[in-house]
Amino acid sequence: MSQFSDEEIKHLGDLSRIRLSDNEIHKMKDELELILESINSISEVSKLDIKPTSHPLPLTNVFREDEPENSLTQNEALSSAPKAIDGKFMSPKILGEE
Amino acid sequence: MRDLIYKSASELNELLKSQEITSKQILDELYEHIEDVDLKIGAYLRLSKDEAYKTAEEVDNARTKGETLPELAGVPIALKDIVVTKGIETTNASHILEGWIPQYDATIVEKIKNAKMPIIGKTNMDEFAMGSTTETSYYKTTHNPWDLNKIPGGSSGGSASAVSAFEAPLAIGTDTGGSIRQPAAVTGIVGIKPTYGTVSRYGLIAMASSLDQAGPMTRSVMDSALLQSVIQGHDNRESTSLPDFNPDIVSATKDGQKMDLTGKKIGVIKELHGEGFDKGILDNFDKSVSLLKDMGAQIEEISMPSLKYSLGAYYIIMPCEASSNLAKFDGMRFGLRVEPKDIPITNESMMMETRKEGFGWETKRRILLGTYALSAGFYDAYYMSAQKVRTLLIDEFNKAFGKVDALICPTSPTPAFDLDSKFDNPVTMYKQDIATIPANLAGLPAGSIPNGLTNGLPSSIQVIANQKEDEKVYYYLAALEKAIKFDNSQNPYYQTTKGEI
Repeated sequence: MSQFSDEEIKHLGDLSRIRLSDNEIHKMKDELELILESINSISEVSKLDIKPTSHPLPLTNVFREDEPENSLTQNEALSSAPKAIDGKFMSPKILGEE
Repeated sequence: MRDLIYKSASELNELLKSQEITSKQILDELYEHIEDVDLKIGAYLRLSKDEAYKTAEEVDNARTKGETLPELAGVPIALKDIVVTKGIETTNASHILEGWIPQYDATIVEKIKNAKMPIIGKTNMDEFAMGSTTETSYYKTTHNPWDLNKIPGGSSGGSASAVSAFEAPLAIGTDTGGSIRQPAAVTGIVGIKPTYGTVSRYGLIAMASSLDQAGPMTRSVMDSALLQSVIQGHDNRESTSLPDFNPDIVSATKDGQKMDLTGKKIGVIKELHGEGFDKGILDNFDKSVSLLKDMGAQIEEISMPSLKYSLGAYYIIMPCEASSNLAKFDGMRFGLRVEPKDIPITNESMMMETRKEGFGWETKRRILLGTYALSAGFYDAYYMSAQKVRTLLIDEFNKAFGKVDALICPTSPTPAFDLDSKFDNPVTMYKQDIATIPANLAGLPAGSIPNGLTNGLPSSIQVIANQKEDEKVYYYLAALEKAIKFDNSQNPYYQTTKGEI
């Protein structure tokens, strides 16, 4: 009984921006299935009328005064850049060849 | 001759204050010892000798001038490589951050620097803190000092081994599902996770933002109390940082050391004392329970049925939050960038290739799992359910703490197992965290101390208290520590006089 298809795994890879080889897709499919099998019982809880908790000690409206503070200089911010030009991060083009 | 490496941080603190020793002397001995043993243990990814000696010099000079210095000034510390350190390479044990030199310090590093504690180096860990054995590190394997063929635990295995093998008097670890407490448990040291929000997460590379917390890893409860006192406190750069919470855990530790628990009620968690737990672990746990009774405590069994959902809830919430947090590693502004060679290079194809090359298998697996659980159609069944489990657990814990002062259970279901154990099902590994996960889900303070040996390997006991009751965790751990008198002389790296192994 297969919960996932190869296409679904590839799609998850695309959504996560992780390129997967065919072998990796197969391996991932088997392993994710095993993991989900073990934790599927958790869906029993979805029907219960309970308020979900996103943070164990919730704080609200955590703001600071709207006053300028120090930030990284442009050089500092670029210092780890894989590629930088003219004070900007250099990125490969966004639209590919068609 | 090396004496100083075997001393606790508290002892070193006193010797430094009375000027019987210098911080430089401690560093000299530590670095010599690390050179002797770390090739076998593999606790450290890199050492920061220049920075450390500079801090030691400042401290030693200030002392001779009679200046008053903060507690622990001059006591060296190791930092898990998840902690961002300005000017010192920080990798999170991943290929994707290889060579990254941060431009800023984590808040806890600022605090450690203000306390003038020399930073010895950065310790090994599971990549992106994903694991319970430190084996997913891109760079090296860390070995358990008690038996080099065994795991040091994870994800803070490097920090645990460093402290256990006397390569550091203190270390920082981080804990999302047990990553301080479980390595502490299998290496026979003290590891404590504070209440969520006690220690600032600013500058800790985020794994699961609603679960992560940094904490001390040490060889005594007092050492942990002293270290947590340095790193805790509100940080206005961190929006989950509790506004006004500075527990006096040093006093709580001193109180606990008096060993008088008359009238105190302690609960043994029923679901964490039976199936799935090694017999040797349970036997030692029961002995610890007897010691608590000897000190006057009343022991009650507390059942928490929702615990059966906690592993599932954690292995949904953590990958979901991590899948979001790890989106920033995209080859754009820092870290690794890899361009594909067989398809056109675009912004997107570069990201996909970079993350393919840069992330290890466990990391990819958890990102994909999280992406799946958050996707339309599955969000309710998985992520929403997991968040409901959190509510159930918090309620059950609140009810339990209405009856008892603190809860106890073994920290790890088994002692350290072999490195390179190939489990067919990933979940077998995930079950190592069964006793530690609940405290993260509910934001509770929890700590572990060694309570004996089983087949020559350390076993441990965990104390859990309600939110913001960190003082109780330290109080009970301190009492237990005195009562148990854990015999560290069985530790292969323990030597009283000569530094020969």
